[in-house]
Parts: sequence; C-alpha cells; structure tokens
Amino acid sequence: MLTNSKPHEHLAMKTNRNLIPTAAAFSAIAIAGYAFHLQGQDAPAAKKQDAAASKAAFKEVYKVLMHPRCLNCHPNGDAPLQGDDSHPHIQNVKAGPEGKGVFAMKCTNCHQEHNLPGANMPPGNEVWHLPKPEMPLVFEGKSPKQLAAQIKDPKQNGGKTLEQLFHHVAEDKLVLWGWNPGDGRTLPPLSHEEFTKQMRIWIDNGAEVPD
Amino acid sequence: MTTLTVNRKKHDVDADPSTPLLWVLRDLLHLTGTKFGCGMAQCGACTVHLDGEAVRSCVTPLSRAEGKEITTIEGLSSDNSHPLQVAWIEQDVPQCGYCQSGQIMSAAVLLREKPNPTDEDIDMGMSGNICRCGTYQRIRCAIHRAAELAGAGAKGGAK
Repeated sequence: MLTNSKPHEHLAMKTNRNLIPTAAAFSAIAIAGYAFHLQGQDAPAAKKQDAAASKAAFKEVYKVLMHPRCLNCHPNGDAPLQGDDSHPHIQNVKAGPEGKGVFAMKCTNCHQEHNLPGANMPPGNEVWHLPKPEMPLVFEGKSPKQLAAQIKDPKQNGGKTLEQLFHHVAEDKLVLWGWNPGDGRTLPPLSHEEFTKQMRIWIDNGAEVPD
Repeated sequence: MTTLTVNRKKHDVDADPSTPLLWVLRDLLHLTGTKFGCGMAQCGACTVHLDGEAVRSCVTPLSRAEGKEITTIEGLSSDNSHPLQVAWIEQDVPQCGYCQSGQIMSAAVLLREKPNPTDEDIDMGMSGNICRCGTYQRIRCAIHRAAELAGAGAKGGAK
C-alpha cells in the first residue's frame, strides 16, 4: 500500500511546486495511474479483516446506541421514552401505526421542526418520529451480541445493507439530532465523528457480532 | 406581516415569526377561548387545530401556522351545534372550565379519526389534556355521547 501510494504523493509534490516540465508531469501521471492499477489488483489482499477489532469497535458503537438520546426512540414497546432515566413518555404517548402518534397525540402536535429553548421544552427536528410497528428496531434491553446481530440483519434493520446502515448513522437527520438534543439533555459518550469512525471499523472488519 | 387563516377568516398579524401562535390568537386576534396553561406543551389547555391536527399553540411558532387552516374553539361551530359541544352541555362536563376548550379540540380530532372510540381510544387520544378539577369521567361520557349524536346525525342525513 505505502509503495503504491508514493508515485501519487511524488506527483502532487512536484506539480504543486511547478518544478517539472509538462512532459515529465504526464509521465508521472502515467506512473501514478499504473500504480493505482496495481493497487486495485492488490485490493482483496489489502482488505484483510480483523475480527477482534470489529468486535471491539462495536462495543464502542453500542455505548452510543444504548445512550438515552438514541435508545429513547428505540423502546421495547409502543411508547417512546424520555430523559436520562429513559422513563415512558408522559401523557401516555403511543407510537401509533406510522410511528407518529395517534389522534390528538401525534408527535408533531408538540414537537416542532427544531428544539425549543429552555429546560424541559419539547425537542424537535424536521423528521421527528418513532420506528414503525412492523419494523420496531428495538434497542432497549439488548446485549451487544443481540444488538449487533439485529442491526446488520436487513430483515430487522429496515432492509439496509451495511453501507446503507453506515450512511444512516452518518447522515440521518434524526440520528444527528442526538448530538444536538437541546437544552438540558446529555450527549452520547462518543462524538458523532468518533461514533461513525467506530462504525466504519466495525463494518470494514466484517461487522462481527460480539461474543 | 403574516397572513393567518383563523376560523375560515384571513387576518394580517404583525408579530415576530417565533411568537407562539397562542399569543397571536389571544392578544392580537382576541380569541380568548384558547387558554394558556403551562407554556411547554404539557397540559393541552392551548390546543387548537392546525390543518386539522390538535397542535399545542403555546409552543407552535407563528411561522409554522402561515398558510394553514387554524381552527379555535370559537370556530368549531357557529352556534354551539358541534356534537361535542352539544354533548358537553348535556353532560354538564366543566367544573372550572379552564381546560375545556383544549379538551374539546382534542376530542374533535379523536372523533374525526375514530367515530366510535372505545374507552382505550379515549385514553390514548385525550391523555395529553389535563383537567385539574378531575372531570375525566364526564369527559369520557361526553365523548361517547358525541359519537352517538354524530352517528345519529350521519344516519339521519343518509335517509
């Protein structure tokens, strides 16, 4: 890997400094291109997976998934949870058939498109909702082994491939809300950047299920 | 200036877009049937309809209401003839009355989506509206009665 990357680094250095004639630059590009070609051929061997690293990374991911900012909307039951003690949402709130509440108790009746300032004011974002009953995505009460097996299984994760799962945790607006939860709410134990990094390590090393 | 449609009538209001809809309704449009209870979407006294949904107007910014249909307790009917209003009077539901406009606005959404609600449906639909006098039993009776009245009206209309 390191050897293959050197022509590319060399090219960048030379062109940045404008020290070589155009013909030489083309040669360098050709060498770099060939180097990438070789790199592509070597790719399968380079992607050696480390099962222990994957399991260790999931342990970090798990800390975030089990934090109330994530877990409270992945309850074991039909009611969302609230607070750092993950108590059932006051007012007898239910997920309903769409995960968006029922009758006069729909999520967006109180939750706006943004967090409201002040302690104990309703948080919110543009897509505030719970998982649908047919795909409940329960986190509450799951061990690392159970949760890893669940979130990598398309039949239990909403039909997502591992890459789609990564995209979800990296970019989904409701996931990102967990790191911008409004006044008075604690943050998950890892930064979002560190969380996605650990998710990447878990996936790239085989998405291993911890023992 | 924000244009609002309240009870089928257009109003131009001069208020900051972040102003809670409740204060626009009460202080600028003088529709005082909608009450302030907690100011944090926990009691339901301020419930109005926004495009038919029972929103808590104390936390709903004016900007969200622009271009939508707002209905307050004053606009539920022009003559207190809505089945819920008839049933509420018949069952003598209110004690102090402060929470009742919010209760009725929530019940109206419940009956629209579930014309013959069970006790469990009523629990699910109405548990966001608190009554400090504890008139819950009479509220339950009145919702069942309103369902009967609305059903009878619908049958009558079909003849």
